[in-house]
Amino acid sequence: MESNILSNLYVFLLATFVGLEVIRRVSPLLHTPLMSLTNAISAIAVVGSILIAGEAKTGLSTFLGTVAVAASMVNVVGGYLITYRMVKMFKKREPKKS
Amino acid sequence: MSEHIIHFIYLASAACFILSLKWLSAVPTARRGIVVGVLGMLLAVGGTLLSPTIEHYHFIAAAFVIGTIIGVPMALMPMTAVPQRTALSHAFGALAATLVGAAEYSLRVPNLDRFTMGALTLEVILGALTVTASLMAAGKLQEVLPTRPMVFRNQNYVNLSVLGVALLLGVLLVVNPGLWPLFPIMVLLCLVFGVLLIMPIGGADMPTVIALLNSYAGLSASMMGFVLDNKLLIIAGALDGSSGLILSIIMCKAMNRSFTNVLFGAFGQLQMTAAAVEQKSYRSASPEEAADLLRTADSVLIVPGYGMAVAQAQHKVRELFDILTRQGTNVHFAIHPVAGRMPGHMNVLLAEADIPYDKLLEMEDANPEFPQADVALVIGANDVTNPGARHDKSSPIYGMPILDVDKARTVMVIKRSMNPGFAGIDNELYYLEKTLMLFGDAKGFVSELVKSLNET
Repeated sequence: MESNILSNLYVFLLATFVGLEVIRRVSPLLHTPLMSLTNAISAIAVVGSILIAGEAKTGLSTFLGTVAVAASMVNVVGGYLITYRMVKMFKKREPKKS
Repeated sequence: MSEHIIHFIYLASAACFILSLKWLSAVPTARRGIVVGVLGMLLAVGGTLLSPTIEHYHFIAAAFVIGTIIGVPMALMPMTAVPQRTALSHAFGALAATLVGAAEYSLRVPNLDRFTMGALTLEVILGALTVTASLMAAGKLQEVLPTRPMVFRNQNYVNLSVLGVALLLGVLLVVNPGLWPLFPIMVLLCLVFGVLLIMPIGGADMPTVIALLNSYAGLSASMMGFVLDNKLLIIAGALDGSSGLILSIIMCKAMNRSFTNVLFGAFGQLQMTAAAVEQKSYRSASPEEAADLLRTADSVLIVPGYGMAVAQAQHKVRELFDILTRQGTNVHFAIHPVAGRMPGHMNVLLAEADIPYDKLLEMEDANPEFPQADVALVIGANDVTNPGARHDKSSPIYGMPILDVDKARTVMVIKRSMNPGFAGIDNELYYLEKTLMLFGDAKGFVSELVKSLNET
């Protein structure tokens, strides 16, 4: 357990630095899609929610887990979809209209 | 065996998320970034469903359906509503983290080691306060709640005491996880603190607040990873947390303010001093006169603000852009980092109106262009063009980086009237010799301009 905690802390540290480096490079043009994409990615909470809802150990935990799955799913579906809609709008040359 | 496969699936998923954000850094690769992000999520969800501890799938299936039914309409909202949508989705994300934390606690109490309990407490504290704070922010952005700061006496003391008591309960729970009655009280206090936190924050500070809540929601998910001993959750949450942190720092810098100032400063409240003490003189012009100047201009910089979006003038502005480009004028858009209601919002609004993204300049690229511009046309922007931010030490926005609109040969400002804007700060740009005030509604006036330019 002790070594697990430590390796998890290392993962957290490294992921934070990777995140800072990668995101620093994102063009301000795309800051709004960036936020909706990271929102979709942090809906990874769905993983924990599925485990709790699926194990169905107690009535309370199953209920909380199920609501959590639904809430994360809103962000998974909605987050990727709206990011795609936004990114699609960024065009270099506008379509030639008469 | 199957456990090992799941771990490798999670590993691949984490790589997908990092690539996804990397590819989102520029427009040409952005779509690829979304595809690989979706792939990462499919891997994560698929791998989790394979997990041998899952026995019942019907609740999960039902929750998937419900989530999709709510998620799809939220993705189809108009672009002007994206800030509210984003705030709402932070609330959903934080809600999931809080509920999972509570469920884990109920299952494992009192057999929780101190470290796990610490992570769980942080997960729930950050999650719960983000839920209500995001809902408050969404309400203010949707203007269901008043956008002005709501203040009361000793507000900061009350807020900090509520948070302090919640943190104290958290510490007690870490020391003795068996004190379960404290858990719901702590959650409740955090929910209350979320509301209190956003009450005194005005509309102009929303970009920073949304970015900060983004960060909290991510950190909360990351803490969940520590509780469940799941590295994928730790990584994805940390990516989201650092993204929100960077965006909020950018927003704070763009307004020359500190976090403490945003959260406890009640901006826009104290500046209600008599702005129109002296009647200064200004020049105004008709659409025809303005159109004549635009016709002879070689280069034009348009400075859009949230006022343009409120008036739904983006598409008219695009027509103006088309006409000017066709007559050979060099037209660019100068975009301040806090233009709009969330980071990057203005770019999305202009892209939606079919304005090519290579014509959108960031502040650092736009400012060297102003001295060469024949006309700077300000549409619905105010404080970000105020030269007072450079030299007037008494101004509340002193020190804020601004667009150097006043350095253009001629400045045109489309504005409803001479009334000071949202923050109630008088803008000395309007009284310059070279400034022409164009009075009217943004959409209406730009239509008039387009009409006059078409007549010749």
